[in-house]
Amino acid sequence: MTDIDTTEPVRPETIKAVPVRHPGRWVSAVIVLVLAAMLVHMLFTNPNLDWSTFGKYFFDGGILKGLVATLELTVIAMAIGIVGGVILALMRLSANPMLSSAAWLYIWFFRGTPVLVQLIFWFNIKALFGDISLGIPFGPMFITWDVNSLVTTFVAAILGLGLNEAAYMSEIVRAGILSVDEGQTEAAQALGMRRLKVMRRIVLPQAMRVIIPPTGNETISMLKTTSLASTVAFTELLKAGEDIFNANYRTIPLLIVVSVWYIIVTSVLSVGQYYLERYFGRGSSRELPPTPLQRLRRNLTTFHVTPPRVPERGTS
Amino acid sequence: MTEPQDSVGFGSGSGSPSGSGSGSGSGPMVRAEGVHKFFGRLHVLRGIDLEVEPGEVMCVIGPSGSGKSTFLRCINHLEKIDSGRLWVDGDLVGYRQRGEKLHEMREREVAAQRRDIGMVFQRFNLFPHMTALENIMEAPVQVRGESKAAVRERAMDLLDRVGLSEKVASYPSQLSGGQQQRVAIARALAMEPKLMLFDEPTSALDPELVGDVLDVMRQLAVDGMTMVVVTHEMGFAREVGDSLVFMDAGAIVEQGRPRDVLTDPQHQRTQDFLSKVL
Repeated sequence: MTDIDTTEPVRPETIKAVPVRHPGRWVSAVIVLVLAAMLVHMLFTNPNLDWSTFGKYFFDGGILKGLVATLELTVIAMAIGIVGGVILALMRLSANPMLSSAAWLYIWFFRGTPVLVQLIFWFNIKALFGDISLGIPFGPMFITWDVNSLVTTFVAAILGLGLNEAAYMSEIVRAGILSVDEGQTEAAQALGMRRLKVMRRIVLPQAMRVIIPPTGNETISMLKTTSLASTVAFTELLKAGEDIFNANYRTIPLLIVVSVWYIIVTSVLSVGQYYLERYFGRGSSRELPPTPLQRLRRNLTTFHVTPPRVPERGTS
Repeated sequence: MTEPQDSVGFGSGSGSPSGSGSGSGSGPMVRAEGVHKFFGRLHVLRGIDLEVEPGEVMCVIGPSGSGKSTFLRCINHLEKIDSGRLWVDGDLVGYRQRGEKLHEMREREVAAQRRDIGMVFQRFNLFPHMTALENIMEAPVQVRGESKAAVRERAMDLLDRVGLSEKVASYPSQLSGGQQQRVAIARALAMEPKLMLFDEPTSALDPELVGDVLDVMRQLAVDGMTMVVVTHEMGFAREVGDSLVFMDAGAIVEQGRPRDVLTDPQHQRTQDFLSKVL
């Protein structure tokens, strides 16, 4: 090792100059603080907010049942959306022209009409098909069901939200698949892997890194979109709140109850999304970013100051 | 270090684990007859004829765009040839002959054919979501359905032979280019191929990392592997290659023993090319 002088050189004199003033920051700070104070004041003094009602109904049985229904609807609709989205994406990317145009048509239709219209459509499906039968197309039928017994409001909500979601998810999945370098497919094929296996083992796991963040957004968005199901008489969180305030006319407090629940679940989902992204990001960067917990632990254990480096005088 | 040569072998050219039935093993490992390839209206291969004998190391050189990589990719059917015939170990690549008629192979059959042909890419193409070991184990386990335990042992062995036994659990992003390429070679060898294709394996590497990769390839050649190597490493071609092919504008301009072609090129185009790269 050569002789390198590692002692701190004398620090040269720092430039003394008048710093740039930022009057805009002061003005905006004043405006924001005043607005915030007004908001807090309103929260505490406005009698219409009626916090006692809020407290009374926050853990109300009907509200909690509605919350569970909302969660169920979110999970099932997203599951349909993700599975359907993967299938549609594979169809669109397939070499088979029938499959790819069928998928294109599906996406075109389901993205082209509002999800609320689709929900109402499924709710009124009885008006289109009286019965559903299983049999030979254009031939004899073996089993017949009444549509209303099959498509309950829950099923209508799931179909409406899930099938719509599949169209959006398919575009996300497709973008993810296309983001994976073609060399990956070639390398896998050169090893003798077949197309489906290449997709499952090589391409999709890498596409996940691109697919997960927007899917998290879709899930959070779905959580709130389920409130549309209240219009087709399905009792989810919003409808549960509506049922209560239709009886006691305490509209605002109950809307706040519902909103706070939505925010809580959204926050939990965001945390889950962070960990999912971290898991699928492995191998893409040299080191995984620390989880908030790890970061906290590290900060707690390393508050001692690192000792100054002893200058190493080369002798070796 | 002092082990006998045959037991440090990387797999072999002789006694190859010939997967498909009609592979004779006695004829040439690769035979091309009048191979043409078009990309749209671009005529990339203009009638390639050549033979690679078992155990032979053939180096292919030429200016970029001369079609040498394309030809290499035709050998394992990553590219489909438009006319001519191409055989690997006696089997037509990508087609089945029934009487006079040629039938396109199904995807399953093409995949089966590729199992016996290893390929190493310029850009490594390691699977980034898998560790070095998982990269090597992937195909034997997933394609050949071998037991993980047996494959793991072989994979560790291969990593050891490419000098990376301490990198078992590293992800590709944690490896240098040269290390990645050596893992890629080990990955191809894990399928115990009878033929190895190298597509400019050192072109994406920093100069000081090239040597390690070439050393691995040199050892592979010594062990008797049949290799087709598209390369710009004239030193490697001269020293390790049994034959050298110079391609330009989609055709073979000149071929022969590397020493002869490199020191005494017969064609003007070969002379021009060599004067630029040597």
